[in-house]
Amino acid sequence: MKVLVPVKRVIDYNVKVRVKADQSGVDLANVKMSMNPFDEIAVEEAVRLKEKGKVTEVVAVSIGPQQASETLRTALAMGADRGLLVKADGPVEPLAVAKILKAIVDAEKPDLVIAGKQAIDDDSNQVGQMLAALLGWGQGTFAHSLELDGASAKIAREIDGGLQTVTVKLPAVMTTDLRLNQPRYASLPNIMKAKKKPIAEKTPADYGVDTAPRLKVLKVSEPPRRGAGVKVASVAELLDRLKDAGVMP
Amino acid sequence: MTSLVIAEHDNALLKDATHKTVTAAAAISSPVHVLVAGKGCAAVAQAAAKIAGVEKVLLADAPYLEKMLAEPMEALILSVADGYEAILAPATTTGKNYLPRVAAKLDVPQVSEILKVVSPDTFERPIYAGNAIETVQASAGKKVITVRTTAFAAAAEGASAAVESVTVPPDPGLSGFAGEELSKSERPELTSAKIVISGGRGLGSAENFHLLDSIADKLHAAVGASRAAVDAGYVPNDYQVGQTGKVVAPDLYLAVGISGAIQHLAGMKDSRVIAAINKDEEAPIFQVADYGLVADLFKALPELDEELARRGYK
Ligand SMILES: Cc1cc2nc3c(=O)[nH]c(=O)nc-3n(C[C@H](O)[C@H](O)[C@H](O)COP(=O)(O)OP(=O)(O)OC[C@H]3O[C@@H](n4cnc5c(N)ncnc54)[C@H](O)[C@@H]3O)c2cc1C
Ligand SMILES: Nc1ncnc2c1ncn2[C@@H]1O[C@H](COP(=O)(O)O)[C@@H](O)[C@H]1O
Repeated sequence: MKVLVPVKRVIDYNVKVRVKADQSGVDLANVKMSMNPFDEIAVEEAVRLKEKGKVTEVVAVSIGPQQASETLRTALAMGADRGLLVKADGPVEPLAVAKILKAIVDAEKPDLVIAGKQAIDDDSNQVGQMLAALLGWGQGTFAHSLELDGASAKIAREIDGGLQTVTVKLPAVMTTDLRLNQPRYASLPNIMKAKKKPIAEKTPADYGVDTAPRLKVLKVSEPPRRGAGVKVASVAELLDRLKDAGVMP
Repeated sequence: MTSLVIAEHDNALLKDATHKTVTAAAAISSPVHVLVAGKGCAAVAQAAAKIAGVEKVLLADAPYLEKMLAEPMEALILSVADGYEAILAPATTTGKNYLPRVAAKLDVPQVSEILKVVSPDTFERPIYAGNAIETVQASAGKKVITVRTTAFAAAAEGASAAVESVTVPPDPGLSGFAGEELSKSERPELTSAKIVISGGRGLGSAENFHLLDSIADKLHAAVGASRAAVDAGYVPNDYQVGQTGKVVAPDLYLAVGISGAIQHLAGMKDSRVIAAINKDEEAPIFQVADYGLVADLFKALPELDEELARRGYK
């Protein structure tokens, strides 16, 4: 069984992003970039399946600039077998990402795609679902746990009311939520080994996908700011203040 | 031109998220039609027919629509999509699950979690955990949109739209419901409560988390949590407030033992009033809190509970 894991290179989750003064976007110059945290969880899950002998090959794919090959190296160091970089400069919208992934799935024929539920830069939460639809596959999004049993996957999903379990026929697309696992740190020997693992390079044109944005970003602005308020000295004072603010029942 | 809103409900009750999505839809394209998909959900359709601005309710009733799973929802929405300018769903875990499938099949981009309708084709949405707001213009073609419900007022009731049954396409049979574990609570729902009290890692254990209970009861508040508290198993996943959890905007948000990481702030910083209790005066939560109490929560919470009782809250 083969698993495909799409991994995105994004601003590190610890970085406080700054909006550019000309409102054209956020400042990405000299900021730390990392693998999208949900994708780390996806790689971890795929590698665990391989370690359990349920999966034979884990292929990591990234669509992005040349530096996204570093993100792929991270996936390889965690235990993925090979990487595929689809080189694209500038933002690629979720629909175009899904179309490229569909073409890759058609070529690679994985049994399961494990994506992140959400990229923490665009916060779209779309790619996995779009890919599943384009493929005509079932999906298990926001996965909390996964059990594979030959022809199907049993996936517990984190939903607004609690947990919901679905059974999905394979091949399928799954997207990860935070509680699925705790991703490993790659060990030094594995980082060295990863340098020898292959990363193929393609372009969106190789898959016949046009990545020109379909949504026009008119501007990117700062959210309304919330100033710090006051410190109160006691629980009683806190309640007095809340009462004055009109928020006590 | 008309817009279509997909109703959020549990087959018995229509959720307020629907009313809020109708408000967003009406600003894009009216009149508004509402699609109620589920099993034995005729009462929900009747409720949706009362929302002001709604001209027609489409009722799709089938056993395999009971849980609104993504694949049959995709097939259903595509089967009625013709003629609608815009298709909207609330950005709940249900809406987020099925709507991107519809966008992909219609070959249009989805605009996720809009905060504002600037004009019928231009929207504001948060990116980078709400640290930036993007204004995007959709190109020609259908608009497929999820709506951050805390950013829109609920449409009033008062209409009496017609309810029309639609033919439901067959179940694609790709997935099936296998069970659920829903959090049961007598308290108000997190996303619609007027007061939310959230606990973080500072609470230290599942047992200690109950220190929030009697305070929440006295204030009729919902209880939420940080990711750290959920990961540590103090409370279930559906308590999580934040970038990748629930977004809340109550009148009062009280954060207890929560540091105030950007991912947490993303889910609560639009609350009207924020109060925080933390023993670390440098905690980032104090940078957004209107009222901050620097104190050990194990002392402050029992005091707060007593003080509320003293002031007549039961
Ligand atoms: C991809 C991703 C998504 C994420 N999504 C979310 C999300 O949706 N929601 C979310 O909340 N987080 C999210 N996070 C996690 C976030 O970055 C923080 O790690 C998390 O919010 C921290 O939770 P906390 O404030 O409870 O814990 P901590 O940061 O450990 O803070 C605990 C606080 O409690 C205080 N404290 C300790 N003991 C006491 C005491 N006795 N009395 C008073 N105060 C005390 C401490 O001073 C400290 O400020 C996400 C992270 C990633 C990478
Ligand atoms: N450029 C990309 N390259 C590889 N994977 C991606 C890319 N963009 C999104 N993904 C995958 O899709 C998931 C959801 O992204 P999004 O829909 O943009 O929030 C991510 O967690 C990744 O697994």
